[in-house]
Amino acid sequence: MQTPKQLGGIRFGLMDPETYRDLSATKVITADTYDDDGYPIDMGLMDPRLGVIDPGLECRTCGQHSGSCPGHFGHIELAAPVIHVGFTTLMRRLLRSTCRECGRLTLDEMQMEEYRDQQERADELGKDPDTVLKAAVREARKAGTCPHCGEPQADIKHEKPTTYYEVENVLASEYSEVIASAMQPDADDEEDEGISPSELADQTGISLERINQILGGEFRPLDEDRRALEKALDVDLTEEDMNKLMPSDIRDWFEDIPDSDIEVLGIDAENSRPEWMIMTVLPVPPVTARPSITLDNGQRSEDDLTHKLVDIIRINQRFMENREAGAPQLIIEDLWELLQYHVTTFVDNEISGTPPARHRSGRPLKTLSQRLKGKEGRFRGSLSGKRVNFSARTVISPDPTLSLNEVGIPDRVASEMTITINVTERNTEEARQYVANGPEQHPGANYVKRPDGRRLKVTPKNCEELATKIEAGWEVNRHLVDGDIVIFNRQPSLHRMSIMAHEVVVMPYKTFRLNTVVCPPYNADFDGDEMNLHALQTEEARAEARVLMRVQEQILSPRFGENIIGAIQDHISGTYLLTNDNPDFTETQALDLLRATRVDELPDPDGENETGPYWTGRTVFSLLLPDGLNLEFTSSTGGDVVIEDGNLIEGTIDEDAVGAFGGEIVDTIVKQYSETRARVFINEVAALAMRAIMHFGFSIGIDDESIPPVADEQVDEAIDSAYDRIEELIDTYENGDLESLPGRTVDETLEMKIMQTLGKARDSAGEIADDHFSDDNPAVVMARSGARGSMLNLTQMAGCVGQQAVRGERINRGYEDRTLAHYEENDLSAEAHGFVENSYRSGLTPREFFFHAMGGREGLVDTAVRTSKSGYLQRRLINALSELEVQYDGTVRDTSDTVVQFEFGEDGTSPVRVSSDDDFDVDVEGITDRVLEAEFDDAADKEAFIGRREPPTNLSEHTEPRFEEVESDD
Amino acid sequence: MTDYSHVTDDIEAIVEDTELPRRLKDRVYDTIEDREGVTTEQADEIARAVESQYVDTRVDPLEPVGTVSAQSIGEPGTQMTMNTFHYAGVAEIDVTQGLPRLIELVDARKTPDTPMMTVYLEDEYAEDREKAHEVVWALEATKILALGDVSTNVADMLVRIDLNEETLLERWPTVDSAELVAQEIAETIDDKLGVSTRQQGMAIEFGPNEPSYRELLQLVEQLRDIVFKGIEEISRVVIRKEETDAGEEFVLYTEGSAFGDVLDIEGVDATRSTCNNIHEIREELGIEAAREAIINETVDTLREQGLDDVNIRHLMLVADIMTNEGTIESIGRHGISGSKDSVLARAAFEVTVNHLLDAAIHGQSDDLDGIIENVIAGKPIALGTGDVKLRMGSIDSTPADD
Repeated sequence: MQTPKQLGGIRFGLMDPETYRDLSATKVITADTYDDDGYPIDMGLMDPRLGVIDPGLECRTCGQHSGSCPGHFGHIELAAPVIHVGFTTLMRRLLRSTCRECGRLTLDEMQMEEYRDQQERADELGKDPDTVLKAAVREARKAGTCPHCGEPQADIKHEKPTTYYEVENVLASEYSEVIASAMQPDADDEEDEGISPSELADQTGISLERINQILGGEFRPLDEDRRALEKALDVDLTEEDMNKLMPSDIRDWFEDIPDSDIEVLGIDAENSRPEWMIMTVLPVPPVTARPSITLDNGQRSEDDLTHKLVDIIRINQRFMENREAGAPQLIIEDLWELLQYHVTTFVDNEISGTPPARHRSGRPLKTLSQRLKGKEGRFRGSLSGKRVNFSARTVISPDPTLSLNEVGIPDRVASEMTITINVTERNTEEARQYVANGPEQHPGANYVKRPDGRRLKVTPKNCEELATKIEAGWEVNRHLVDGDIVIFNRQPSLHRMSIMAHEVVVMPYKTFRLNTVVCPPYNADFDGDEMNLHALQTEEARAEARVLMRVQEQILSPRFGENIIGAIQDHISGTYLLTNDNPDFTETQALDLLRATRVDELPDPDGENETGPYWTGRTVFSLLLPDGLNLEFTSSTGGDVVIEDGNLIEGTIDEDAVGAFGGEIVDTIVKQYSETRARVFINEVAALAMRAIMHFGFSIGIDDESIPPVADEQVDEAIDSAYDRIEELIDTYENGDLESLPGRTVDETLEMKIMQTLGKARDSAGEIADDHFSDDNPAVVMARSGARGSMLNLTQMAGCVGQQAVRGERINRGYEDRTLAHYEENDLSAEAHGFVENSYRSGLTPREFFFHAMGGREGLVDTAVRTSKSGYLQRRLINALSELEVQYDGTVRDTSDTVVQFEFGEDGTSPVRVSSDDDFDVDVEGITDRVLEAEFDDAADKEAFIGRREPPTNLSEHTEPRFEEVESDD
Repeated sequence: MTDYSHVTDDIEAIVEDTELPRRLKDRVYDTIEDREGVTTEQADEIARAVESQYVDTRVDPLEPVGTVSAQSIGEPGTQMTMNTFHYAGVAEIDVTQGLPRLIELVDARKTPDTPMMTVYLEDEYAEDREKAHEVVWALEATKILALGDVSTNVADMLVRIDLNEETLLERWPTVDSAELVAQEIAETIDDKLGVSTRQQGMAIEFGPNEPSYRELLQLVEQLRDIVFKGIEEISRVVIRKEETDAGEEFVLYTEGSAFGDVLDIEGVDATRSTCNNIHEIREELGIEAAREAIINETVDTLREQGLDDVNIRHLMLVADIMTNEGTIESIGRHGISGSKDSVLARAAFEVTVNHLLDAAIHGQSDDLDGIIENVIAGKPIALGTGDVKLRMGSIDSTPADD
């Protein structure tokens, strides 16, 4: 067996054309792929020396078959050098900063030394070498002549993507005409008499004869003469001359640049000579990197890269033929440009200014750069994120009978996903049983691996026989069984609680089942959500998952340091009904409520009535609380909740007490007792609440939102009076008497006041509606307890929907000066700008409905925009912070050991254990008091208070001590 | 130990020996001092109890706090609104809020979408409305339209300004006569527009040097943009009476910011005044202040959205990494992610191809130290349990044969 190799590092550089030729498996000269018999053509693009993809064929380079042959590069000898598009900017910079004659950097020794130092410094600090390069080039470009050989430098013009010109100022071709016209007198100016040739001769110091020759176009005035003429006549006699630089010229130019000069620019001269940016040899990627697909009809469909290579070879061939035939320069240049185009698009097909190369169907080809780029590209799509085996995905549905640590897995998934067990002397029997069951019966096995590494498929036919052969040293891929640990995930994975470990419970039917209390961390519901599940394959992974990732270990959210798992929705309605009025229950009823919990004995009854002894709701609830729990808080339902020694003395249990997102009781139990105790508590609260809500019965219908006619009238009155006030406002506004608020215009002030009035109108409608709802109205119960919905929802259902807004203002769009054709122009009234006075129950008028839809649409657009924006924000944040880690010395450092914080969050406190709400600190005074007053039962109690509490390592619900023991541990 | 009478040397030795941070050690001393007569034994128990509680809440070594913090800020981003623009404390000033503001902050934009400052005042300026207004006039850019009426006389090719005497006296409280102010204004116009003005009482007249209708209109346009008093960037100042730690006082809120200039103005309390442009804060007060500003701005943005339950430690970490280099670096390809050492890490984030090409030219190499590189290379990452160097293993009974 081969030893697995590990990557130690990666070095980047350009490649020397000679190295290409050396590494190449073959030269490619034929643009064709397969011959008529379907065999790859020799020295063609599918040459078997480039690797094999068809099963059965043997690679002519390495002798391996498809699957194990990695593929080998070939090469194309380009007829003429061609520029690599990726380096065009750098080439421009090099052309501008080096001498056209001697190739040296146009900087003197002093400057070179300085930039060399800067480059070294940048290297030490890990700064971008490009910044120094840019500065050096800018400096070098200033030089008019080369400081080394004295050659004057021409400006370089770069026409994107791959054409370069040298720009020189030369004498304009019509110089004589320009001079002659400048000597003519100015027609507009009477005083100007022009200049005679003799005067010009005097002024410039050129002989009259020469002047006449110049004017006759017989002599070309150069340098000094030209400048003198320009000065005397105030004209420009030059024009720009563009001299195109062919890739071969550039290559020659770059070859002259000495290594020492290049290093000043931060370019690695040893591994990346600049002339290698101009390609003379084109590497041909192995066949394995561009496999062809055989379609159903037997036709072969080639990869985009192969198509591009075909183009390149064809043009290359034509170029060579034409040149050998001695074709005119113009044709050669055209072909050269065409070759350049094909090589350019082979590297990158999304260059601006270049039409992308297209497939026959018109789809742009996906060439090298496109393969790497973007979300689905090689880096983000295939290297940072990969598809995995041992995973499953299906719809989720709720199952309140499961513990929150568990996940229900369909039997058909369980018998497809496997876990590898290494057979030893101690588990041979177990392993044999799995194999004997075969792949179809549930706790069976799908594959076995012999000690020699050979994998055998377990079939219903061979399973019995195979089972007898199993011995220590084999590996058995057995089905998932109850109690296995798996990883469960719902996308988008926005925080770490989006991926948690669950214990398997194999179940019939086709969906994943989970307890409803784990919905908040996953942000899951059951309207068709799907989730992914991964079976762990190594012992280390399983151990880590059990200790760190199990749901109960994730009850506290690191975002706000309180529980994110707790009672939701009906659980909260249930506990509310159970504890709000503190109703009485008979023994049968009380035991029925508690049937799904571990409690099977009731305490002493709270009293006796006609029906016999009774227990109150709070007493029943108290049975779930751990002994010794003391807690006091104010719930938003109103009223204080008092818990003394694990008994609920007073108060209503609502969302603030047991809810997800910081329910006080749950939070306290996790922090003061243990995760295990909290898990038990949450499970039991959910179970109790479900029994309770079923005991009382709970339903909601349209009649629950109806209010008596009297109330309806009152609502109408309230709205009418608001309308009156608005009319008054509009009147004052139109009379110009409206006082504007500071910093606002009168228009804005009016709008604000109208909005305010209408807001108040809706609120008072809500209050009226609220007054007519009884306390046992299900909608009220849900809103009060925090289970679902709010009083605002109720107001809108029963009272009045209220003002619809777009961009935080009343609706002001639509027609000119009005929102709909139903209204007068410039109508400022409430109804003309989207006030909905009806309730959802009474129904909206068509106009109201339209305005409501406008407001609703804005909300939808907002959500759509927000998800993409915040997704990108999160990706950036994670990318920037992902390398930070707390070290053993308490500092926060990144992976290159740069200290970012000397102590995390200035005090080293974990955000998981500490709620961000309260100003957490260790209660030194409280501790001191307890120590001084020494109110401990015994030494053990005292030690428990003073000493470190090592949390137990919990591995599984099934291996833990039974619950009663857990409680006595606390 | 300086002034504790009940803290003996023994107690001190015990407390100093714990892992407690200075802050908690001092609290322990204070409490022991307070209770009087705590025995050494009891002190030991107290110290141990405090220590065990403290250690209990400490972050675990090798905890990947970076990722946790990033998630803790990113996750509530999905719950934020997009287009809130209104009402940040002061109803009169619109400020960008919600997700756009958060993005603006981590992007470290040179100028925020809606720059603003909160200016606190010193001493009598904070108490006296008149005095506070002096500062307001020194801040707010005063343009000609606020001072009087401008009219054009096309026949005589003249621009005429009729200044309002009351306004002048109000806005230049230190100058006694409006006449002087008018003179000053005329001179400013002279300088800025290059025209010669005639000033008579509250009236100023001037015209283009050469009669031209276009020129005349242009002059009026230019006249409108001249700042006669205050700071050009500050378009509006709102003055409010507020209840602060220092009692009731006047606080100024400005639309537009010029933090450096404002700090120099008399009456401004430079110790408390702030601005929402983190770059201005860095320039004026240094990098530590900028860090603090990033934390405060992000906390405020989250609070405005009702998401203030996000632990401040997460925001600190973001601020710390943004300011780690001594300058403010943005989070994203132009900042932290773009300046990572690893070529692969940069290529995997954004602008993949360019990073690879540049790496080739400069002959860079990737040592595979970071997280993303190792994910790409298929190796364990050096974070959390992957960073533990200790391994549990068994000794192979047969000698290794390789």
